[in-house]
Formats: sequence, structure tokens, C-alpha cells
Amino acid sequence: MEILGGIFAIAGSIFLFLAALGLIRMPDLYDRMQAGTKATTLGTMLFLIGLAIVEPLWTGKAALLILFVIFSNPLSSHTLARAAYHTGVTLGERASCDELAGACGDEEDSA
Amino acid sequence: MRLFKARVVLLVLALFIWFLLTYPFDAQELIAGGIAALVIILIPLPGIAVLGEIRWTPKALIYGIAYLFYFLWQLIKANIDVAFRVLHPRLPIEPGIVRVKTHLKTRLGRFLLANSITLTPGTITLETDGDDFYVHWIKVEGIQDKERTKKIVAGFERFLEVICG
Repeated sequence: MEILGGIFAIAGSIFLFLAALGLIRMPDLYDRMQAGTKATTLGTMLFLIGLAIVEPLWTGKAALLILFVIFSNPLSSHTLARAAYHTGVTLGERASCDELAGACGDEEDSA
Repeated sequence: MRLFKARVVLLVLALFIWFLLTYPFDAQELIAGGIAALVIILIPLPGIAVLGEIRWTPKALIYGIAYLFYFLWQLIKANIDVAFRVLHPRLPIEPGIVRVKTHLKTRLGRFLLANSITLTPGTITLETDGDDFYVHWIKVEGIQDKERTKKIVAGFERFLEVICG
């Protein structure tokens, strides 16, 4: 059982590591947000599942934590991304379109 | 009626959280938690009316459970997707902000949809405006609004429509 829990925890850590790597490699704020939101959610979930397997008495609390993470993580990243957009953080060079600013074509319209 | 429904949903939710929090439970703790939950739902809380938007038909319950599994599957796919993009030497991204339409009418439905979009492959909900969602997409696909809407929204909408209109 402990080995199984360990495997889950390590898998979770790998996803958390990839999230951190994503923060460094991605070119602009929004793409970083992508890496930082999804990978941390599953990473935290897997880590907590591993914890619950090793310590069965903590299952309830781990489940509760997973629930809160699932609800709060997307909410906070949505709010951060929205705030960033409204304070004028622009999309990176690779961006192809921005329909919130208006048109969407091959060329970039936003400054 | 709607407020009554909201209170019942809140009671179930509160009991569920208490149940998880005290997991190796005994009768005393459960009774104490039950009383506390009953007192809490009788307080006039602003904003809980949103919870009354859940439907309570058996069909909604089945769809709710199906939605949970679908959501978890999407979450795992999203993570593999992010992992792939991060590890790929050329970083295959082509980000952009696109507009998608939803036909969910309730606030709860839209909240759940926006959260689900944020946790699925390559998309973050950036801003909402009426029926329109503005979504940051890490690899923009499809040319027209309809195609995009289908790709991002349709999967979740199928379930959420039944659960909370």
C-alpha cells in the first residue's frame, strides 16, 4: 500500500514539476497561466490521493482538499488572467488572434 | 420554493463536508454536525439562491455523476496535453483569444461551465459577457465561431443542460 501511495505522490510531483517548467518555458502570461492551472490541479490531486492511500485515516480530509482545489484553482486563475487582460498585458508574439479586442485574423491587431 | 431548494442543497453540502472532515466518524460528532448544519441553513444567507438552480430529477443525478467522470477524464487529458507542450522542444503553441457562445441560462450552470473550460485542454475562461465567453486558447483551431464553440463548450453543455439548465 505504501508503495502504491508513493507512486501516486511521485506522479503528482512530476506534474507539479512540469507546471514549474511550463512557467519558465512559456512565452507570455496567459500561456504560463495555462501550465500553472491545469498541471497543478492534477498534481495536487494525485499527491493527496497518494497521501490518502498511505494514511487511510486522512482520506476524508484529503478528499475535502481535492474538492476545494478543484473549485478554487480555476476560479483564481480566471480572475488573475482577467485582471491581467484588463490592465493591458498583451498576448505574446505567437498569438494568432484576439477576439476580445475585436477582429481575429492572421495579423495581429492589438498593440 | 427556490430558496427552500437552495437551503436543502446547502444542508446536504454542509453535511457532506462535515462527513469528510470527521471521516473516521462516531455518532456524537455526526449529531453535533447535523445540528450545526441545521442552524446554519436557517440563517438568511445572501447568495445561496444560486444553489437552488440545481434540478432534482433522477435524470439530473445520473447526468451529474456522468459529468463528474467526464470532467475527470478531461482534466487528465488537459494535463497530458500541457505536459506534452511543455516538454516538446519547439513548444507547439499558437495562442489566441476566441469567443464562444453558450446557451446555458442559469448562473450556476455558467459558473460550472466556465470552471470546466478552465480545467480542460488548453483553454482558460478570460471574460464573460452575456451569452459570450471569451476563452484563451493555447492552440487555436477551427475558423468559425461555430466550430470553436462546438470544440470547447458542447461536451460540457450536454451534461450541464440537464443538471441546471
